[in-house]
Amino acid sequence: MNQNPGTSLTGIQNFRSPKSFSRKQVVIERKHRKHTLSLYVANKPGVLIRIALVFARRGYNIDSLVVSEGKDPDFSTMNIVASGDEKVLDQILNQLNKLVDVVTAHDRTEDDIIQHELAMFKIRCSGDNRMQVLQLAHALNCEITDITETTVIFQASGTSEKLDSLESVLDPYNIIELVRTGKVLMAKGEELTSF
Amino acid sequence: MSKLKSGAEAIVDVIAQQGVEYIFGLPGGAAIPIFDALVDSPVKLILTRHEQGATHMADGYARATGKPAVVLVTSGPGATNTITGILTAQMDSIPMVVITGQQTTWNLGLDAFQEADVSGISYPVVKHSYLIKNPHDIPRIVREAFYICQTGRPGPVLIDVPKDISSAMIEPNYDEEFHLPGYSIPHEIDKDDLMAAATLIEKAKQPVLLVGHGAVISGAEKAVTYLAEKMHIPVSNTLLGKGCFPESHPLSLGMLGMHGTAYANKAVDAADLVVSIGSRWDDRIVGNIEKFCVNAKKIHIDIDPSEFNKTVTMDVTVLGDAKAVVEALTAVMQPGNTKDWLRQVERWKKAFPLKYKKTGRLVAQHVLDEFRRQVQDEGIFTTDVGQHQMWAAQYCLTEKRFHWITSGGAGTMGFGFPAAIGAQLAHPDKPVIAVVGDGGFQMTLCELSTAVISRLPIKILIINNNFLGMVRQWQSLFYGNRLSGVDLEGNPDFVKLAEAYGAKGLRIRRAADVKRVVSAALAYNDGPIVIDAMVSKEDNVFPMIPAGASMGEMILEPPKVAMEKPVGST
Ligand SMILES: Cc1ncc(C[n+]2csc(CCOP(=O)(O)OP(=O)(O)O)c2C)c(N)n1
Repeated sequence: MNQNPGTSLTGIQNFRSPKSFSRKQVVIERKHRKHTLSLYVANKPGVLIRIALVFARRGYNIDSLVVSEGKDPDFSTMNIVASGDEKVLDQILNQLNKLVDVVTAHDRTEDDIIQHELAMFKIRCSGDNRMQVLQLAHALNCEITDITETTVIFQASGTSEKLDSLESVLDPYNIIELVRTGKVLMAKGEELTSF
Repeated sequence: MSKLKSGAEAIVDVIAQQGVEYIFGLPGGAAIPIFDALVDSPVKLILTRHEQGATHMADGYARATGKPAVVLVTSGPGATNTITGILTAQMDSIPMVVITGQQTTWNLGLDAFQEADVSGISYPVVKHSYLIKNPHDIPRIVREAFYICQTGRPGPVLIDVPKDISSAMIEPNYDEEFHLPGYSIPHEIDKDDLMAAATLIEKAKQPVLLVGHGAVISGAEKAVTYLAEKMHIPVSNTLLGKGCFPESHPLSLGMLGMHGTAYANKAVDAADLVVSIGSRWDDRIVGNIEKFCVNAKKIHIDIDPSEFNKTVTMDVTVLGDAKAVVEALTAVMQPGNTKDWLRQVERWKKAFPLKYKKTGRLVAQHVLDEFRRQVQDEGIFTTDVGQHQMWAAQYCLTEKRFHWITSGGAGTMGFGFPAAIGAQLAHPDKPVIAVVGDGGFQMTLCELSTAVISRLPIKILIINNNFLGMVRQWQSLFYGNRLSGVDLEGNPDFVKLAEAYGAKGLRIRRAADVKRVVSAALAYNDGPIVIDAMVSKEDNVFPMIPAGASMGEMILEPPKVAMEKPVGST
């Protein structure tokens, strides 16, 4: 995945080109702990850059980032998945909290909260393996959202881990495009996710 | 209903309401409306010759008063010229509001004339920044900027103001409440943390207090002095911590770190407890993290939690304003027994004093020592960056807050002289001495005009070694004396240069002239005076702990053998 912090904003859409999608990289990443962060921020221009700069300065890669307007439109909720060293992350959180436009920033990695993500896979399958691919999709509870003579698009949702394994299972087939939305979070029960 | 005013008038109104005396700046198309509003304002404009100078003047004013200072410049290059000064202020936590003119809102992002994404450029070097898009937000945003820049850990705030916004007519509301839900300042001191710190301090046999800029900013002088005296603990200060604890006090160890006193470094190295009061354990102090104070417990008192455990791992951290925390701490503690420790520290002080020779060739230390002797505690010393800065830190003992002004975190050459202009404006009756190198002075010397026009009696002491001395020192110690890019051949005649600007100039060539010239310089108060001290060209600053090295590797005098290149830090 994107190893260059300077261009880490391509991680916003969590885009992986087919070329960079190799098993070896997945293994390296697993060794790098992934952290799930929840932020509540002012809904203003420039906020995203200020936040991204804090990560970039410490060489921390943003793997995925989801921003949406909060219930109060003056604020946004941000869910960031980022991987790297624990101690550096602590400092990043402190520095995020220091930004005037950031109301709260928490590490939610260890917490028992609801996590969800959606992924779409475009697979080239004409001829022989077409039936096999469609059966697999069915068995894996993927929704088929588009189908042409030569391609199929699957859609799946669930925890990011579930989507990771789906990715590995589909890897031997000819995935020509893959899009993931990034993780969204919500605390269970009365607890508020960002506080 | 209040009467209609332009956005620019509203900006200037808020600045005046904040009690600001001076604005430092230089105009241009996008800032003309704001300069126009200044014509009818009680706030005085100091026209600088370069925008960088404006930021350092504001910075010097802020450091000499503790009050926020204001810079006003135009868009594009005017704004980008302030970035070095903003970085300097950000690194050293200086309250400053920088107002930049901007192209019209409809031209933003279109590469229109002198349009630049100034708020975007500023993000990594400010405490906060604004781009005003709605003229009705002006009074609130400018008030927010003043609030943010001077509360908590201070820092620069930039406000980018498009020309149509400053020209728009509004009904300003100067009392509108503002909400900053993402901005909080710690108020309550955590009792458990406080007690944990108190226990460590009471138990310590060999404690040292390490006072930094945070202690100066918070006005903790009395609190720290009381703590040190009650608990009998020696005190060392960082370069920016000068002025919190009197350096002539018997418990003072002076400055520690790369060019600190040998006894301060030895004491910190041998300590069983180091208590940082508003110092951020910077790499100029810590050197080699693995070998830094391995046997000492460490306490960190700071208002900025992002400084805790950033570099060095702490045993106890106490979040809060330095003064409040130190007062609370002192109140709950009983003195321990540090007699043996103080005796040891005394022995180090006697064995490893700072020293230089007053005879023979002229040396920087001699001139600085003489200036300090003649102005006593009342002189405000500002410095540039380099060898002269370190010698000034060593020899110009600081007794009081606001009397020592230097660029620490950023180490910005060109800072010293404009900062002295700000300091002299803040304190017209105090002697202000700008200690500068022949290199750094040339970066902002155009501000001589600014000083001459305001007839500011600044003493500009050039420690003239004809070299970029500090870099030459590193090349000579660590790079086999292969000098590269450090010879300042082509320097002007600084005395004639001063005269060309309408200032006075004096020269010191010999050690025997020091006393006489210094007193002549101090007696001249009709405007700025340049003292060109032609010092020994190849002197080095000692003691020195090479970058990234440990206290054990401190060198006290020129080494006989070639040294290894520093690793781990610049
Ligand atoms: C703007 C800037 N450029 C470069 C440096 C790197 N630097 C640090 S000290 C120094 C030499 C300063 O020379 P001078 O002003 O003559 O003072 P001296 O060290 O000789 O006392 C240099 C180039 C710096 N600190 N700031």
